[in-house]
Amino acid sequence: MTEDTFAIQTEKLSKRFGHFVAVNSVTFNVRRGTIFGFLGPNGAGKTTTMRMLLGLLRPSGGKAKILGYDVAHQPRAVKKRIGYMSQRFSLYDDLTVEENLLFFGRTYGLRGARLRERIQYALRMADLIGREQTPGRELAGGFRQRMALGAAILHDPELIFLDEPTAGVDPVSRRSFWELLYQLVNDEGVTIFVTTHYMDEAEQCQELAFIHGGQIVAQGSPADLKVTLMRGVVIELTPDDPPEAMRLLKEASAAGALRVDDIALYGAQIHLVAQDAAQAQQQLAEVLTTGGVQFDPPDVIRPSLEDVFLSAIR
Amino acid sequence: MRVSNNPSVIICTTQLSRSFRKIAALRAIDLSIQRGEIFGLVGPDGAGKTTMLRLLAAVMTPTAGQVTVVGHDSVKDAEKIRGQVGYMPQRFSLYGDLSVQENLQFYADIFGVHGPERQRRFEQVLSFAHMSDIPDRRAKQLSGGMQKKLGLACTLIHRPDVLLLDEPTTGVDPVSRREFWDLLTELHLQGTTIVVSTPYMDEAERCNRIGLLFKGELIECGTPREIKALVQGQVVEFHPDRLEVARAVLSHQPGVLEVQVYGTLLHVFVEDATVVWPRLQTVLGEAEVKVDNVRLIHPRMEEAFISLIRRQVG
Repeated sequence: MTEDTFAIQTEKLSKRFGHFVAVNSVTFNVRRGTIFGFLGPNGAGKTTTMRMLLGLLRPSGGKAKILGYDVAHQPRAVKKRIGYMSQRFSLYDDLTVEENLLFFGRTYGLRGARLRERIQYALRMADLIGREQTPGRELAGGFRQRMALGAAILHDPELIFLDEPTAGVDPVSRRSFWELLYQLVNDEGVTIFVTTHYMDEAEQCQELAFIHGGQIVAQGSPADLKVTLMRGVVIELTPDDPPEAMRLLKEASAAGALRVDDIALYGAQIHLVAQDAAQAQQQLAEVLTTGGVQFDPPDVIRPSLEDVFLSAIR
Repeated sequence: MRVSNNPSVIICTTQLSRSFRKIAALRAIDLSIQRGEIFGLVGPDGAGKTTMLRLLAAVMTPTAGQVTVVGHDSVKDAEKIRGQVGYMPQRFSLYGDLSVQENLQFYADIFGVHGPERQRRFEQVLSFAHMSDIPDRRAKQLSGGMQKKLGLACTLIHRPDVLLLDEPTTGVDPVSRREFWDLLTELHLQGTTIVVSTPYMDEAERCNRIGLLFKGELIECGTPREIKALVQGQVVEFHPDRLEVARAVLSHQPGVLEVQVYGTLLHVFVEDATVVWPRLQTVLGEAEVKVDNVRLIHPRMEEAFISLIRRQVG
C-alpha cells in the first residue's frame, strides 16, 4: 500500500564525507501526485539528499525508496522512471528547440513514432509550438525554463526532480512555470520534488520539508507550518520617521528594554518578531514615545513563509 | 534638460535612453532619487534594469538624455561619478584564489584608498560584513551568501555616497538574503543612497520606493503601498477541488478583473467581494466545483507585479 501512496520514502538516510555529516538520518515521505518542496539554506544538505534520491550518490546509511525501488540497489529501474532538471540545465545554444528535444529524447532511448509523439507533447506543454526552429540561444528566460522542463519529461517520468528551476527568473515567468507544474500534476498525475529559494513558490507546494545542518527540522503543509513552526508573532509598525524608529528600537533591544527576536525595516514599516506580543507592544510604545517618534497603532500580521523559515533555523 | 536644483535629489535622469544597435533598451526615463533612499528596480527579465544601473554608474553612456549623479553629468564627469558611487554588477568579480583581505586590497588600489585611511577602511568593512575573523579565507571557499557580502564590502571600500546593486541576492538562500538586507538597512540608516534591482518581491517591499520597468519604460514608480494600491479591487483566495474548471468559469464573469493561479489556490480579483463573491459561488456551484478555505487577502507585491505586467501585455 505504501508503494502506491508514496513516490519517495526515505528512512534514516545519511551521507558522510570523511568526518563531515552532510545528511544526518533524514526520514520523510512524498505522496504521489503532489508537489513537495525541499527547502534549506545553502550547505544544509539539499543537493546531497537530492543526489542520493537520484541514485547519483551512495548513502552512507539508511535507505531511500523511489517509486517502490530501493535506489541504492536498483538505480537503473529508478532512472528510467524519473526526470531531472538540474540547476544549470544544459540546452544546446546552436541547436533549435526541436533539435534539442530530439537529442534529449534519443538520450532517453525514445525512437520513431513514440519520439515524435513525445516531442509534440513537450512542445505543446511548454507553449513552444511555432518556436520549433528557434535556436536555443534566442530563447528568452521563461521559455528556456519551459524547454528544459519539456526535455526532462520526454520519457514520461512518474517523478520529476527540479533543482532551483526558477533561480533568477522574473515573477511573471515564475508564476507561469508553476502553473505548468500543476498542470503536470493534475493532468498526468506526476509527482514533483522541487528545491527553491523563493518563499512564494514554497507557499505553492502541498508539502514542505526544511533541512538545516543535515537534518529535517520541520515538515508539513505551508499553512500548518505557519502555525506550528512560527515562534512568536510578527508585529508591523508604521512610524513617522522609520530610520529614527529603527535606531531607537535596535538600541532598546540591545539594552534589554525591548524583548524581540528580530527587527527589520520594510520601507516605511518595521517588522518585529516577538514571543510576547502584548509586552513587546507596550515596550516599543515606551521606547518610541520617549524618543519622540510618532506611530500608528501596531498590527499583528500573518507571518510570511520566510518569517517562519527564519524563525525555525535561527 | 534642466538638472534639479533640489539638494535632496542625488540621482536625476532626464529623458534617459539607450539603444543597442536598433533595439531600444531604455526609453525616455525621467527619474529622481532622493538622498538616503532605498530605491528598488523591478521588472521582467530584459526590461532594462541592468542597463539602467550601468547608466547610473557611468560605465555606459546614454544614446540620448542625461544622467546626473551627486551633481555630476555621467558623460562629462564619469570619473567623478565613479569615485562617489559603489557599483556591484550582477557578476561581481572576486578573485577566487585571493583571500578576503587581498580582494579588499585590490579594490582599495583601484579606488585609490591609501595612507592611514586604508587600514581603517579594511577594519571597518570587514567588521561591517561580519568577516573580521576570516581575513585569510580564500574567496572561492566562501559560501554564495558570504561572497555577496564580500562583494558588498569591496564595493564600500571608498565610502561611496551611492550604492548601485544589480540583483545582489539572486541565487542566495533566504537566511543569507535576510542578512544581506540587514547590512543594507545599516547603510541606509547611515545615510547611504541605495538603488537595487531584484527579482524578489519581498525585497521590493523593503524599499522606500519602487520603479517598475517594462520593455525599457518606467511604467510605475511609487512607495510599496502606492504600487500595491494600483491593483484594483479585492482578492478572494480559495481552494477549488477542480482548479481548471473553476478558473475557466470565473475568468469571464462580470465583476471579475483577473484570475491568478497560486499553487492549488485561485486568487480572484473582484471589484467588490461582498457583491460579486456570492454570485461567483453560485456559478461555481452550478459548475459542480467545491470550494473551501475562502478568505479575503491583501494583494502582496507579488500579485501586484504580475497584475501590472499582465495588464501591459494586454
